[in-house]
Amino acid sequence: MNNLNLREYISSILANGHRIDGRKLEEYRNPIEIKTGISKNAEGSASARIGETEVIAGVKIGVGEPFADSPDEGVLMVGVELLPLSSPEFESGPPGEQATELARVVDRGIRESKMIDMKKLCIKKGELVWMIYLDIYTINDDGNLIDTCALAALAALKESVLPVLKDDKVVFGEFTKTKLPLTKTAVTCTLYKIDSYFLVDPSTKEEKACDARVSICMTENDNICAVQKGGSKGIKVEELDKVISIAKEKTKELRLILNSKVK
Amino acid sequence: MVQARKTEKAERSDGRKLNETRKMEAKVGIIKRADGSAMFRIGTTVALAAVYGPRELFPGFMQNPEKGILRCTYDMLSFSVTERKRPGPSRRSVEISLVTKNALESAINLDQFPNTVVDVYIMIVQADAGTRCAGITAASMALADAGIPMKDLVSAVSVGRINGKIAIDLDKHEEDYEGTTDIPCAFMSRNNEITLLQLDGDISAEELKQAVELGKEGCKEISEIQKKALKERYKEIKNE
Repeated sequence: MNNLNLREYISSILANGHRIDGRKLEEYRNPIEIKTGISKNAEGSASARIGETEVIAGVKIGVGEPFADSPDEGVLMVGVELLPLSSPEFESGPPGEQATELARVVDRGIRESKMIDMKKLCIKKGELVWMIYLDIYTINDDGNLIDTCALAALAALKESVLPVLKDDKVVFGEFTKTKLPLTKTAVTCTLYKIDSYFLVDPSTKEEKACDARVSICMTENDNICAVQKGGSKGIKVEELDKVISIAKEKTKELRLILNSKVK
Repeated sequence: MVQARKTEKAERSDGRKLNETRKMEAKVGIIKRADGSAMFRIGTTVALAAVYGPRELFPGFMQNPEKGILRCTYDMLSFSVTERKRPGPSRRSVEISLVTKNALESAINLDQFPNTVVDVYIMIVQADAGTRCAGITAASMALADAGIPMKDLVSAVSVGRINGKIAIDLDKHEEDYEGTTDIPCAFMSRNNEITLLQLDGDISAEELKQAVELGKEGCKEISEIQKKALKERYKEIKNE
């Protein structure tokens, strides 16, 4: 089936509330798996798997100079690599548009929710702060990388401990028992639009058929801390209500799963 | 005998014998999007490999009208090592990609696939020495899983000299020890052909021969594990 026919087929069965793999529109694939401790050399690491989509996230922590406009705050850097190992469609080379957008959407959710208490990551004001490097790698892409990457990132952050610091330098490979200072869990859910239907967690096939998507990052109190509208078609103002209410419900579900797997 | 084992024990920090590898685990078919894939774990070193192809090669001038070409890319996750590795290729990873390609190429036959490329991607998830060898071992299984015609599986292990003794499969702790010689090697076990041989350190010719002999024995063992993992994968498909 070529992409055009597939698009038609997907939208025709959506009219009856069906999806190609038999799921409901607002149903994530099962099971959602989260494993921690993927690399013992990382300050924290986790893999997240939704259906066949799998990503690995890891945290390395170093020290460095703070930015001039936030002399008493730690620094967070988020990167996503779409490994050619994970899909025939990804190519080697520096991060392209998709990887950059993905990294920035995950970054924004974590940063804007202020879930990491950056002030607690200050060692010497204006001189030395903790630098958090969060790197996310795709292992198998079967759609919905945004939610999967965000979920793996959260699990890795929740796992992370600070390394040992000696004479203002990190002792590589030695960890303390001090966890990263996290205050909340900002979870991202992406809604995909086909015709007038909204669905969550698409497979690669569904993703290709979609017109638009909206990613929403929400904290425990249902506040929205990051949004990204993607895709080349628009969404209607009236549809925003529905989008938010689905995201509210789904981020709650994902947060429950995350909290049950990572303390 | 008991005495000998005791002295050998004292020489390796984790109590292994000189000819004993760390615990190994292999799994085939772990990445669904890939045409072939495998995971290989030796001790706490973990390598993933995925194979895509044979597929059409672009740009066209790189195509070989006589046979398909093999491309290998080895890299490590930034957090697979104690000091963060910057994402992207380094001089080290480019060289390892090349020797990996050379190690695998003699085992495969791409005559039937002119103008195509077979891409092998190797990712080190957790590094504790012997990563290039783990990568080659995983890649070889992934190639077989992808159905690429092969003469034999390629198995790889590092051998080295610690405290004047030749030992197999050094871990990071042993590798970093002052005066350690590291010799990664790969074999096609069926005809005893060496397809990877590197050395850094300082040892006598006699010791090198001894090391290669030890590597050969280790690779036989690894080859059995690879075959078993491939059969496991085949069994699963049969039951599906």
